[in-house]
Formats: sequence, structure tokens, C-alpha cells
Amino acid sequence: MKGARRPRTAVLIALCGAGLALVNFPLLALWDGDATILGLPLLPVALFLIWGGLIAALALASEGGEGGAGQGGEEP
Amino acid sequence: MSAKVLIADDESNIVVSLSFMMKREGFDVLVARDGLEALGLIRRERPRLVLLDVMMPGMNGFDVCEAVRADAELRDTRILMLTAKGRDADRARGIGAGANAYVTKPFSTRDLVAKIRDTMS
Amino acid sequence: MISPAVVLGASFGYLLLLFAIAAWGDRRAAEGRSLIDNAAVYALSWGVYCTAWTYFGSVGRAATSGVWFLPIYLGPMLAMLLAWIVLRKMVRISRVYRITSIADFVASRYGKSPLLAALVTLITVIGIVPYIALQLKAASAGFHLLTGAPGSAPAAAWWRDGVFYVALALAAFAIMFGARHLDLAERHEGMVAAIAFESVVKLAAFLAVGAFVTWGLFDGMDDIWAQARTVPELSALFRLDGGGEPFAYAEWFSLTILSMLSVLLLPRQFQVMVVECVNERRIRRAAWLFPAYLLAINIFVLPIAVGGLLVFGPGAADAETFVLSLPLSQGAAAIALLAYIGGLSAVTGMLIVETVAVSTMVCNDLVMPSLLRLDRFGNRAGGDLTRLLLNIRRVAIIAVLMLGYLYFRIAGEAYALVSIGLISFAAVAQFAPALFGGMYWRGATWAGAFGGLLGGFAVWAYTLMLPSVAKSGWLPIGLVEHGPFGIELLKPERLFGLTGLDSLTHSLFWSLLVNVGLYVGLSLARAPAAREASQALLFVDVFRRGGAEPVFWRGRARLDDLKALARRFLGAARAAAIFEEEARGFGPPTPERVADARLVDRVERQIAGAVGAASARVIVASVVQEEPLTVDDVLEILEEASQLRGYARALEEASAELRAANEQLKTLDQLKDDFVSSVTHELRTPLTSIRALSELLLDAPELGPAQREEFLQIIVAEAERLSRLVNQVLDLAKIEAGGAEWNWTEVDLRALVTEAARATSELFRERGAAVALDLPDTVPALRADADRLMQVMQNLLSNAAKFAPRQGGRVEIALREEGDGLVVSVRDNGPGVAPEDRAGIFEKFRQGGDEATRPPGTGLGLSISRQIVEHLGGKMWVESEPGRGACFAFRLPLHPEREPHERESADR
Repeated sequence: MKGARRPRTAVLIALCGAGLALVNFPLLALWDGDATILGLPLLPVALFLIWGGLIAALALASEGGEGGAGQGGEEP
Repeated sequence: MSAKVLIADDESNIVVSLSFMMKREGFDVLVARDGLEALGLIRRERPRLVLLDVMMPGMNGFDVCEAVRADAELRDTRILMLTAKGRDADRARGIGAGANAYVTKPFSTRDLVAKIRDTMS
Repeated sequence: MISPAVVLGASFGYLLLLFAIAAWGDRRAAEGRSLIDNAAVYALSWGVYCTAWTYFGSVGRAATSGVWFLPIYLGPMLAMLLAWIVLRKMVRISRVYRITSIADFVASRYGKSPLLAALVTLITVIGIVPYIALQLKAASAGFHLLTGAPGSAPAAAWWRDGVFYVALALAAFAIMFGARHLDLAERHEGMVAAIAFESVVKLAAFLAVGAFVTWGLFDGMDDIWAQARTVPELSALFRLDGGGEPFAYAEWFSLTILSMLSVLLLPRQFQVMVVECVNERRIRRAAWLFPAYLLAINIFVLPIAVGGLLVFGPGAADAETFVLSLPLSQGAAAIALLAYIGGLSAVTGMLIVETVAVSTMVCNDLVMPSLLRLDRFGNRAGGDLTRLLLNIRRVAIIAVLMLGYLYFRIAGEAYALVSIGLISFAAVAQFAPALFGGMYWRGATWAGAFGGLLGGFAVWAYTLMLPSVAKSGWLPIGLVEHGPFGIELLKPERLFGLTGLDSLTHSLFWSLLVNVGLYVGLSLARAPAAREASQALLFVDVFRRGGAEPVFWRGRARLDDLKALARRFLGAARAAAIFEEEARGFGPPTPERVADARLVDRVERQIAGAVGAASARVIVASVVQEEPLTVDDVLEILEEASQLRGYARALEEASAELRAANEQLKTLDQLKDDFVSSVTHELRTPLTSIRALSELLLDAPELGPAQREEFLQIIVAEAERLSRLVNQVLDLAKIEAGGAEWNWTEVDLRALVTEAARATSELFRERGAAVALDLPDTVPALRADADRLMQVMQNLLSNAAKFAPRQGGRVEIALREEGDGLVVSVRDNGPGVAPEDRAGIFEKFRQGGDEATRPPGTGLGLSISRQIVEHLGGKMWVESEPGRGACFAFRLPLHPEREPHERESADR
């Protein structure tokens, strides 16, 4: 496994917490409004944007090549 | 008309001795101080013979030799490599690059002249 | 309308294509060129998460309640954020201990309990069969809609029902590619390749319909929205409290959590993610590709839903079939057929994987344990059982599918698509505490897991399953409305008077509360027994073990018994392979022909791959004499294993050090070789001129005096160069080897610099360069070797003279006191040193400047100078910007740390 890229545990857990908060009450209520984005209603657009953002963040955390050091005791 | 010889070496004192010898042998002597200049002169002046030092700035002798051998128009050019590097690997590299002969510095002037005559015939 | 023959033809054509792809995948796997060892294919196979329930149901849900279709996909997104942590651990555990199903996983963790395995299997079957029925219903409904037959109910007798034959074809597929041979890892590459292909098909079809609706029927998404805005009940779909009721945040949250758990716990997900995983490192990329797939397949859900409502008018058509009815209503038969094939791919993908997964559980955890109790099957009955095992698996596949079909025939009209999916989700969510808890909590026990599962399942059945059965009219509805025997507190959807929650959240809350409560409570009530404790260690610490795994088994086993057992359950060839490999690795068996614990464990694991961990335990236990383990034994074995691991690590470290030392030696060797080669070159070059010119002088008496003198001058110069070089090489060698003589005295650096400048003034005058001295009046004396320092100064100054331009050359020599040291700098205004050369300029035979134009030198001066300065406890460096001159400087400490008189004298 030497030199293998792997995402950092703490980053993933933080992302998951952020995701859970962003798509649930009370933040969910923030995306609920009459406004439009590029002629599209705010709520679904916001949810899809958060979704896409999480995917991008996960991709970055996974592929960014953060070194394998400091992974805690979970690795051989 | 006498044949042209190109002496490619970055050591001016060696060039002095080589050009003296070549003139005595009846060649027209051209001099290049680095690999690129040598290649340019070979393409422009088409010397019959090139005395090519290996350790030259810019482009080394091996690369010059390979470039000449890759050019069909220059295929008649005789190349004699001169080097102060005496390792077997360097020698093999020189022959591999397509040199007609390979002489280690310091050389005996008589041997060198004999080898040049040999190469030209 | 499309003729039934065309639809049927296309459907079976599609199924044939699936067979072909699966066959290809299997062939590639056999050739060792896996099709599916690839993050994209792996992620696509996870797309089996999207069933007909997504394909048709999402649009239906969006048409009635707007963004409510989303939590089912946001949950997996959140779960995937943790995939690298959680899923990878599941995969690793399953691979190491040959776990082939979720029931196996849970049972294995809690002491390989057959009872627990059976319970998990039972929950799965009860939870999943309606879901299978639902898929068949979707295929049937789609078929009827497309061909224009009235209603979606299976009107014809079963033998004339196309869905029946679809189910049969799928059973054939599952048998061919899911149970053709007994694979110990239970991996089916062909099947996975076909599933990945199905994911592509359903995504492409759904996107095609989405694009058709958005840009074919409307003028883009904003157009749909603009039109929807004018209809009040449609614009409400884009708000949280659209229905007029307050937004059910609790339900939204529970849906998110529920789908987060389901994406890992549904039998089909466990199958494709864990069991079929070829390479756990693929998880890294698949974890974000999969949510991206989900996002793509959901982009057009709202446009299709709202578009359909605009075209047909609210309530005028069944929104769950908009995907088909919208293109059909516009006469786009080809799009409609494509949409149907997409839906069919969603149906078939789910059915195939789910059936294979469930049938494995049914075979290993329900049928095998009962068979093992039969005498005929008892321990001493010989014969190869692999064929029997396969046949059980095949029968189980057909049975599961037919059970689903039966359910569909009987209850076809009873449920809406969405509710049944959620009921299934809630059922498998009951596995979460036992499964995830068992991966991270060593103290969890069998009793906790069993109690939690049973309790959670009971509450689920009472609060969710029972009401839906009652609402279908098979039980008196009064049960739900007034509670059993009229006891209001026991109303299934208002348990103990808990109100304010929707029925799903209500059920999920109570069932998981009971589940977790019992799991934790019972686990804490009694310490784990030895077998549970040992399995807990194996699971929780799976990443900590590298090779030296503890084997928690003590007893006696005869080698021949073990061999016979392996032959029966694994087949002769595979059994022979195991024992051969064992003999290769650990030498021939002992004369007493007794198997050690490691071999027993190994055989048990292999058999576990075929029949599940719990059954394998029972089977192996029947032929060996096992000594019961105590918790102390477990700890002792663990201790031994960790000592072994310690030795292995020490050995590894030692060999790593050796490797490093060897590398270093090789590097030194290379450096020495390079040095010798360079020195040789530098010696031969002047020798060449000397020899050639001397020979020419000898051979040519006719030379003129001018020529003669030129040659002789060159010879003298080159001879000087040669001796300089020899001196420097020797000097360097001495300094490097520590053999040089150092004459430590008090040195006045100001006087020394002045003297050096005076000594080299001739060089500067020749070059026409101006020299400026910038010296303080006095500097403290320091201890150093004056002669060596003079050598350094002269070298720096002659370098400066060489590189100063021929016109306007200027060299500045400065001396100043800095901290507790003195700094000398020599600055010229020559060409300078390029940044890339700066690091190497002090190395031997590295000379500054272009070789063609630089002044002659040996390339050793700077190297020697730096060695001297460093030996005196100082350091030397260069500052330069190309084109703006170079500044060589060195700093010497006033009080050098080492002034090793004793060593210097000892050296002499």
C-alpha cells in the first residue's frame, strides 16, 4: 500500500456531517423560497447544487492524493 | 581539390595539434567548438572526415554522430571519435552511435594518422 | 400504442443481450482479464440501487409532493462520503473471512450463530419478497400501458402472462450466472458486468425521455417552470410546505437516514458492493462516481413530473407511468419503447441481484442447517455434496422469484409503488445496529444482536407491515384505526399514543429504538463468551492484522477427516489444491497426521465460502474434537499472535534498514565511479595536448621557430594544469579522508583578506578589473588555519577575476562581523550563476558558465574551498542573479565548536 492515495478519515466524516446538516432542518428551510436561479425554482436547484458540491468535495478528497501518513491506527 | 576534415573539440590546445596534423596530411581543416556548430558545419560543408570529441558542450559527440548517421545525405561522412573517457561502456556507445573508429585520448600521433588513412580508404 | 409482439420481442431481445454480456464477463474473468476490476464498472453495478421504484416511482412521487423524491438519493450520497471508512471495512472483513451474504456477516460476527443467520435471512425474505413483487408489477404495468391493454392488473391467466415468462427468464439468468458453479468467494463477474450494463441502459433511457420532455415538448427547464408557475397546485411542488401542511422535517430526516442505511444493507447492495468487490481500492473512486450516477438519473425527474402534469392536467393520468405515457401521447413510439426497455433494465437488474443474494442466504442459512440435522446427511455420510449445494441454490432462486410472482398476482393492486419500497428499506435498516455495531464495538454480544434484531423486526412488522396488510383489506382495518381489542395505546401507527409523526418515521423510530435498546442493553448485561469475543476481535481489528492472524481454535483434528470434509463440500479438485498449498507452505503433514489449528481454520473458512460461516462451523465441529475456549484462552492466543506480529515487524524493519544501507553503498559506489571517470577525463585532456605536440616536435625537424615556440608554450601550460590538478585532487582526497594537516592558530582575517587581494592583484590587472575592498578597521581574531584560508581566498578571487567581464570588470571584497562570526564576500559583475546551477556549483568538476566560453579551470577549486570552510566550522554559499554577477561568501565562527587539536595531532 506504499504511496497509495487514500482519503483522510477525518475529512470524510466532516463532509458527511456537513452534508447531513445542509440537506436537513433547519438549513433546508433556507433553500425554500420564491426566488429563482436562471429561471428555475430555488429549492430543487439548491438541493442539486449541494449534492453536486458534495460529490465534487468527495472526489477531491479521494483523488487529491493527500498523503497516506497520519491515517490513524486503522491501516496495516 | 583536397578533402575537407572537420575537427570538433572544445579544447583549443588539442585543436592546435590536430589541425597541424591534418594540414600536414593534406586536408582542408574546419574547426567547431561545440556539438551544434559541428553538426551545422557537417551539413553545410560536407567534410569527408570528422574528428569528433565526445565531451562537448551543448550536444555531445555521440548525439552528433547519431544525427549524422540518421541523415541519408550525409552517409559518406567518415567519423572518428576521440574521447578522454576510457571506459568500455563509452567505447561501445561510440561504435553503437555509428562511428567508423574510436580513439582514446591521449593518442599517439602516428597511430592516429594510420587510423585516419585506414578509415579513408 | 405499440403492438404486444414488438414490445415482447424487444424485451426478450434485451434479455438475450444481457445473457451475452454476462457470458462475455465470465469468459474474461476465466481468462484473468477482469471486466469489472475498474472503478467505473464497479460504481455502475452499484446503480442496481435504482430499481423500477426509482425509474417510475420517483416521477410519481415528484408529481404529488415535489422534492420528496430526493431524500432517497441524498441518503446514499451521505453514506458514500463514509464508504472509504465503513464499506472498505465491510469488504475487508468479508474477503478475509469468506463472507458471502449479509446474514453470514452478522452471524459470523456473533460467534457464527446459525440461529442469528436464520433470523437475518427470515427478515430479508419477508422484507424483500414484496419488493420483488413490486418490480414485476412495474414491468407488467409498463407492458399494458405500452400495448394499450386496459389497466395494469394481470388480466390473463398466469400461463399467458408475459411477466411470468420474464420472471422465468430471469431465474434462468440468475441460475446460469449466479449459481453455475460453486464459487468460494461467491463472486459472479458476468452477472456484475450485465448489471453495470443495465445501469447504463436505464440511465440513457431516462435521460432520453427527460431530454424529449424538456426540449421536445417544452422549451427547456425554465419553460416548464414558467408554465407551472401559472398553475397554483404545480408551483406549490417547488416549496417545502407546498401541500398547505407544515413541512414534515422529521420524515425528511428519517428518509435520509433510512436510505443512507439501505444503500449498504439491502441484500442486492451488499452483494454488488461487498461480495462482488474485486479490489477494495476501487471503492475510493466508485464512492463518488456512484452518487454522480444517482444525480444524473434524477436531474430530469422534476421536469418529467411537472411536464406530465402540464400535458395531461393534474390528476388526469397516473404520474408513475409518465415516463412511458408522455412519449406515447406525443406519438413518439420509439422513445416510449426505449423508456420501457430502460424500465425493464431497472426491473431485471434488481431482480437478478436480489434473487442471487437472497437465494444464497436461503440456501446457506435456512436449508443447510436443516439438512445438516438429518441423519442421512450426518457427519459420516460420504460423497461429493457440491452438486447438491448448487441444486439447492438453484431451487432457491426459482422459489424466491416465484414467491415474488405469487405475491404480485395476489397483492398486485394493493400497494402504491413508493410505500412498498420504504417498507423494505425499514426492514433491512434493522440490520444496522448489529452489523455496524459489530464492526466497531468489541463488547457487542450474540444476545444483544439477536434480541435487537428480533425486537426491531417485531416492532417493524407491527407498526409498518401490519397496517399496510390491513389497508389492503386482508385484516380488519379496525386493527389499525382503533388498536387490537380496541386498546388505543396499541394502535400500530400511534404506538403508546405517540402522534405527530408519519407512519414511516413512527415505525422507524420505535423499531430502531427497541432494536438499539435491546442490542446495547443485552450486550452490556453479560460479557461476551469466548467465541463471540474472538470473532469480535477478528472483525473490529481487521485492518490491524497483517498476515499473522490469531486462530481462535484449540483441539485435535485428524488430517484425513478434514480432507474428506473438504472433498465433500468443495469438490475433489479444490480440496486437493488446498492441502497441496498447505504442504508447500508449511512442509509435509506430521507423521501423526494431525491437523493444527491453522489448517482447521483454513478449511473451515473455505467451506464457509460455500455454505456460510454458521453452517461451516457446524460441519467442521462434527469431525474434530474441539476444546472449548475460555475468554482467557482467547486473550492468550491474541497475545501470541501479537508477539509473532512484533517479530515480523522487527524483521521487516531490519531488512528495510539493510536495503537502505545497500542503496546508500550503491550510490556511494556510483559517486566514486563518476569521480574517477571525471578525474580521468581531466587528466587525459592536458596529457593529450602534451603528448601530441611533443610527438609532432620530435617527428618534424622542419618546424619553424615560431611554431616550435607555440607548441612548447602549450606543453608547459598544459603540464602546469596537470600538476595543479594532481595537487588539488590529492588535497581534496586528504581533506575528505580527514588526513589533512590543520594548523590551528589565531588568525586576523582582515590582514589575511588584504594579503590575498594583494597577492592576486596581478590577475585583476591583467583582466582590467577594478578591485574594491570594504573592511572594518579591526575584527576579532578567530582560530583557524591561515594557509588554508588563504587558499580559499585566492580561489574565490581568481574565480572572480576569471568571470569578471573584460571591460568594466569590478570585484568587491567585503568583510564584516555578524553575530558571533565573520563573513567574507567576493562579488563580481560577471555573468552570474543560473538558479539551476547554484546547488551544484560546489560539486567536483562542476564549472560555472557555458562550457564553450568559460575560462579554464579544474572544477575542483570551489569544492575544495567549501570543504575547508566547513572543516573550520563555517559555511560557504553563493548568491546570484543571472546577468548581474555572483557573490560567493563564507562565514566563519569566532569560536568554532570543534577545534580538535587532539584529533589533528593524533592524525599525524
